[in-house]
Amino acid sequence: MNKNWPLWEVFIRSKAGLNHKHVGSLHAADAEMAIQNARDVYTRRNEGVSIWVVESKHITASDPEDADQMYEPAKDKVYRHPTFYNLPDELKHM
Amino acid sequence: MDTALLEQRFNEKIDRDVRIEPKDWMPDHYRKTLIRQISQHAHSEIVGMLPEANWITRAPSLRRKAAALAKVQDEAGHGLYLYSACETLGVERDDLLSDLHSGKAKYSSIFNYPTLSWADMGAIGWLVDGAAIMNQVPLCRASYGPYARAMVRVCKEESFHQRQGYEIMLTLSKGSEVQKKMAQDALNRWWWPSLMMFGPTDAESKHTEQSMRWGIKRFTNDELRQKFVDATVPQADLLGLTIPDKDLKWNEERGHYDFGAINWDEFFNVISGNGPCNKQRLDARNKAWEEGAWVREAANAYAEKKAKRKAA
Ligand SMILES: [Fe+2]
Ligand SMILES: [Fe+2]
Repeated sequence: MNKNWPLWEVFIRSKAGLNHKHVGSLHAADAEMAIQNARDVYTRRNEGVSIWVVESKHITASDPEDADQMYEPAKDKVYRHPTFYNLPDELKHM
Repeated sequence: MDTALLEQRFNEKIDRDVRIEPKDWMPDHYRKTLIRQISQHAHSEIVGMLPEANWITRAPSLRRKAAALAKVQDEAGHGLYLYSACETLGVERDDLLSDLHSGKAKYSSIFNYPTLSWADMGAIGWLVDGAAIMNQVPLCRASYGPYARAMVRVCKEESFHQRQGYEIMLTLSKGSEVQKKMAQDALNRWWWPSLMMFGPTDAESKHTEQSMRWGIKRFTNDELRQKFVDATVPQADLLGLTIPDKDLKWNEERGHYDFGAINWDEFFNVISGNGPCNKQRLDARNKAWEEGAWVREAANAYAEKKAKRKAA
């Protein structure tokens, strides 16, 4: 029987207080092995203190073709940013 | 959207230096070229472990042995980063590996030379990893996101490879007469194959123009080779070793070193499978793959059993 090990995406927290961040992928037979392999492949130089793995097939990604309708509407809403509001200079620290 | 418009958008992104990501539309030829380039690169990292692994058990001290082990393990890691990057383009890892094992895929010609003495570990780190760094640093800005990111990781790790190699050369060249001879002999054998690592001359290299346009190559082969020579000559001087090229001399006008003609017949001969160790390297890869089959199957069986038990 010749079944390939599935593909896993690897996320690493580089230090306490920071988010897990995607670093790449690897193949492993199961989750436990994916964690072990991720340790060997992606953290040989103290790059992490915590690892998440998720099988690649479980990730749903947005379609880059939809980027315009997804993100364009946010562009003209400048009033969502603090600099949109005109306040006197005398008012410090706001 | 029609292809012409998609292609125009793609080209605009390349011009603006915006990275291309896996799900973005890309021309078929770009995808194919990247698959070839990234997989060849991955294969080189993996086959590149073999000449050095030869010396791990023969390292002259524990310090050297630890460094050699760490370096070879890094090269395995580099191969894995690059195979993953390649897979984002829609190919299967096993297909890439089977192309390597059948001899269909290419890898860097340098790894088809034998490692005859301990000094070769020094020469490889210094020259071969040095040449690899020259090649790889500009690729950290490659237009394909996953490739560029993999190269960033690789480059961070390569620096130690070159430094440990140079340190070996330094120790030998400051050592006994026999040790110095060993170092010189290693330099003699690895110099020219290292220059060949940059590939055929610009006049001969078919893909350069398109690859530069696509931002998957940032400098031409000859430009990189020249940079390498310019950087390496003073390093050889510092070691008190002689680069085996009687035509090598500083050219004031160009601001570069001139160097002698490369034996391209040798290069093409090695690339096409007739180097001193091509067969040995492929045999070693095939043996590892075949003898590891039961491990891959057992891990699958174990994973299935565990999954069933969990479901029950
Ligand atoms: Fe490497
Ligand atoms: Fe290296």
